[in-house]
Amino acid sequence: MEEKTTTRRKVLIGMTAGVGAAGVPFAAVPFIASWNPSAKAKAFGAPVKVDVSKMQIGQKIQVAWRKQPVFVIRHSKETLANLQEVESKLDDPKSLNIDEPYRDINPTRSTSQEYTVIAGVCTHLGCSPKYYPEMESQPWDESWVGGFFCPCHGSMFDIVGRVFKGVPAPTNLKVPPHYFDGNILTIGEERGTA
Amino acid sequence: MTQKPSGIFNWLNSRLPIVNTYERHLSKHPVPKKVNFWYMFGALASVVLIVQIVSGIWLMFGYENTEEGAFASIEYIMRDIEYGWIIRYMHTTGASMFFAVVYLHMFRGLMYGSYHKPRELVWIFGMTIYFVMMAEGFLGYVLPYGQMSYWGAQVIISLFGAIPYIGESLELWVRGDYYISGATISRFFALHVVALPLILIALVFMHLVALHEVGAGNPEGVDIEKHLDEDGVPLDSVPFFPYKVLNALVAIGIFGVVFSIIMFFFPEGGGYMLELANFEEANPLSTPEHIAPVWYYSPYYAMLRAVPDKLGGLVVMGAAIAILFVVPWLDRSKAASIRYKGNLSKIAMTLFILSWLMLAWLGTVPVTELRKTLSIIGTVIYFAFFLLMPIYTSIEKSKPVPERL
Repeated sequence: MEEKTTTRRKVLIGMTAGVGAAGVPFAAVPFIASWNPSAKAKAFGAPVKVDVSKMQIGQKIQVAWRKQPVFVIRHSKETLANLQEVESKLDDPKSLNIDEPYRDINPTRSTSQEYTVIAGVCTHLGCSPKYYPEMESQPWDESWVGGFFCPCHGSMFDIVGRVFKGVPAPTNLKVPPHYFDGNILTIGEERGTA
Repeated sequence: MTQKPSGIFNWLNSRLPIVNTYERHLSKHPVPKKVNFWYMFGALASVVLIVQIVSGIWLMFGYENTEEGAFASIEYIMRDIEYGWIIRYMHTTGASMFFAVVYLHMFRGLMYGSYHKPRELVWIFGMTIYFVMMAEGFLGYVLPYGQMSYWGAQVIISLFGAIPYIGESLELWVRGDYYISGATISRFFALHVVALPLILIALVFMHLVALHEVGAGNPEGVDIEKHLDEDGVPLDSVPFFPYKVLNALVAIGIFGVVFSIIMFFFPEGGGYMLELANFEEANPLSTPEHIAPVWYYSPYYAMLRAVPDKLGGLVVMGAAIAILFVVPWLDRSKAASIRYKGNLSKIAMTLFILSWLMLAWLGTVPVTELRKTLSIIGTVIYFAFFLLMPIYTSIEKSKPVPERL
């Protein structure tokens, strides 16, 4: 009789604890979800427009989108023609490892034949890589052919943001959604989505 | 403190165990009769904890946890609030000194085998305190929203991005925005001033309760519990008051002088305690030329940089901290103290200190090919010290540990 009561008590305790434990994830939802970007933060990401016609050949400009740097680079024809030469040094020259929005359209990786549009955020730990376009020996690479070097942890990218082999960054720099309307580049949305 | 049969104290004491607690944990608590200065850093750590809590509360009076206001509010504290500068420098110097005394305290533990049976749990609570302190220090460093706050946080939060599958959404979740914004600052502020200090205080309490249950160790690694007097008090012990208290007061006095010299004359610590780039407001569009952590994270940062792989770097850095937790089970030596361990242990410990110091330096300077190689060597030695510990502590011949202290 006593044993029966004890068993019954254990079952009741077990069931109560089980129901209580099942409630924990539900109770946790508001606490966890409140850490997500607020509606205000989400609304802030409006697209930005920039006139790229005044850019020099080889020049890089920096545009802020969602308060993050986006690099726009205007390439010469020679630079673009030489893009294949560096491919042996690259980890993923065809951007197969990432979700590349404008794959196989232009060697610039953008929707333009002349301009590259890439997020200026290193895919390693988020620093902003520096632009070193000159083909000259650099402390980090004696046979530097021009591109981006991240000062934080030494990741290297080529002139269109493709990552080198043997550096900490795992993937190519991302290409943000963008489109060109003549000389006006819009970063942050696709053509016709607005 | 004698118990009177009546009176307000007696009334209180019969309702709250004042005398019992005081005698058990302070006045009569037995401590080993022979210890050296290495046994003072625990007391100093608790002093710094109090300094940090008090100065932190005072900083909150002037600090503004918004994207627009944070940086300016630090300048406001420094220039406009009376003696605000001293409160702030007390807090920043306190952060560095907290790590300094905790590192020395931890090193004492490694050197004299303070984690040996039955003090494993004391060690684990201590390591958890260290881990929470690292988080606390990081969160605090972000609050001024200077350039180094911003980019340091950018790098650290991006570490979450290295976790497969959920990494990128986790990053966004931690930041609460697409960049380190006011949303990030305000949550870091809440964690830094409320959540983590509460956890820290609870852990310190557990650390001390566990320590008082098993008793403090000593540099000889002698188990003083083996020889007790008729009251069950170890023969080789002295009561905490006055012996330990007076020792601690001397140590606290010397520590106070060192603390004050740094606080008044070198609050920036040559850029290792307060980095120069942090005197500039955060600019999400421009990374400073050279990013380095403050000195107390730098050995682990050097390890992160030594690995040319994003996830690999995170794993190595995490493992470097995690491995410290299991030291009590890696050390197979019969002797707790380095004084009675064999030569292999002594060599291993020397190499470990050198590699740690080298990594600490490497973490603060820009990467070059040579330094990268040195970081790899340092990282390998660091891990070898722990991973090979079960081997070298069991094959070497340790000297017999004395019976009495």
